[in-house]
Amino acid sequence: MRFKPKYRWLPTPYRSMLLLIVWLLLNQSVEAVHVFFGIILALLIPMLTLRFRDPQPLIERPLLALRYILRVFADIITANAQVAVLILGPKRRLNPAFVRVPLDLQHELPITILASTVSMTPGTVSAEIYPSAELLVPGEPLPQRWLLIHVLNMGDEAELIASIKQRYEAPLKEIFQC
Amino acid sequence: MQHWMEWAVAFFLLLGGSFVLIGSIGLSRMPDFFMRLHGPTKATTLGMGGILLGSIFFFSISGDVSVHELLITIFLLITAPISAHMLIKTALHHKLKAIEKTAGLENIHPAQQKQHDRQPKP
Amino acid sequence: MLDNVIMLVFAMISVALLLNLWRLLRGPSLPDRILALDTMYINSIALIILYGLLMGSPLYFEAALLIAMLGFVSTVAVCKFLLRGDIIE
Repeated sequence: MRFKPKYRWLPTPYRSMLLLIVWLLLNQSVEAVHVFFGIILALLIPMLTLRFRDPQPLIERPLLALRYILRVFADIITANAQVAVLILGPKRRLNPAFVRVPLDLQHELPITILASTVSMTPGTVSAEIYPSAELLVPGEPLPQRWLLIHVLNMGDEAELIASIKQRYEAPLKEIFQC
Repeated sequence: MQHWMEWAVAFFLLLGGSFVLIGSIGLSRMPDFFMRLHGPTKATTLGMGGILLGSIFFFSISGDVSVHELLITIFLLITAPISAHMLIKTALHHKLKAIEKTAGLENIHPAQQKQHDRQPKP
Repeated sequence: MLDNVIMLVFAMISVALLLNLWRLLRGPSLPDRILALDTMYINSIALIILYGLLMGSPLYFEAALLIAMLGFVSTVAVCKFLLRGDIIE
């Protein structure tokens, strides 16, 4: 994991890019004036707000991150078809469950992304991460952390855990190199 | 207005509308809170995506290219998991009952315990 | 044809809003009501966008964006209040 940015004037390159895109979308134009002002804002805002934030790990493999985003989009669409069928189907046949998934990731940002992904994809909502961050004693080695998820209709528990770990957690580990 | 574009707008609007409806049906007919949460977080978000896509097509064919609806879609996609997480955390904190046949109820216990014996901040 | 489709989608979202209202009134617990309110604001964004389509005016977009932002913040604020008894610690 790498925390130190490459250039001091560009501490968070992807956030700057997102800010520029949002600015252009708000103005609905790609005229030179808007692009120019957007670039100024995209450079200025991260520099001004950097000190409010804890340093976050940087994305090391942008192409892999792009592929991850596309995969999650595809999964959201298939997931919704499945959930729609489950919701309209008979209630008696649903088998809800609470499952805990052991986490290999350690830092907060990758865990947050993993939890959000799990919330958006097939029949699962992430509920809690424990032991929570405020219970961790600084200086001691990190204990094994668990992600508690609620599943709308569970088939095989081991298979579900394996698919989450292999489909979402492994690419995140690659992207942040941790 | 070209004919096939009109069909595309109609298709996306209907798709979005039905997903929004399915999300609300899930909200109203599921037996416990944890199952109710699934409908609004997933189906409603995709439904909004469909409606906004329809809107993008509609304004793009009847005038200038209009893409700022994408902003709302992105915003909803980012915020939906966060509000779902806050809601389910609140539900666990209030010890809401899940229905009887829910498997793995013992897995909740450590999470709830940890919240209650929270050490006071120095 | 498009006008009829828009009207149909209007009807669908109105039914969805009524279902949410039912859940909001019935409860039974506080998180249920917050969830119902959360879904209601998202559905009302859909209504505003559809109204913009019907009027053929892109101006309603700004209102929809504002509702999206304020709704998210208020959901999180109420949840935080229920969790900790305080919003800003």
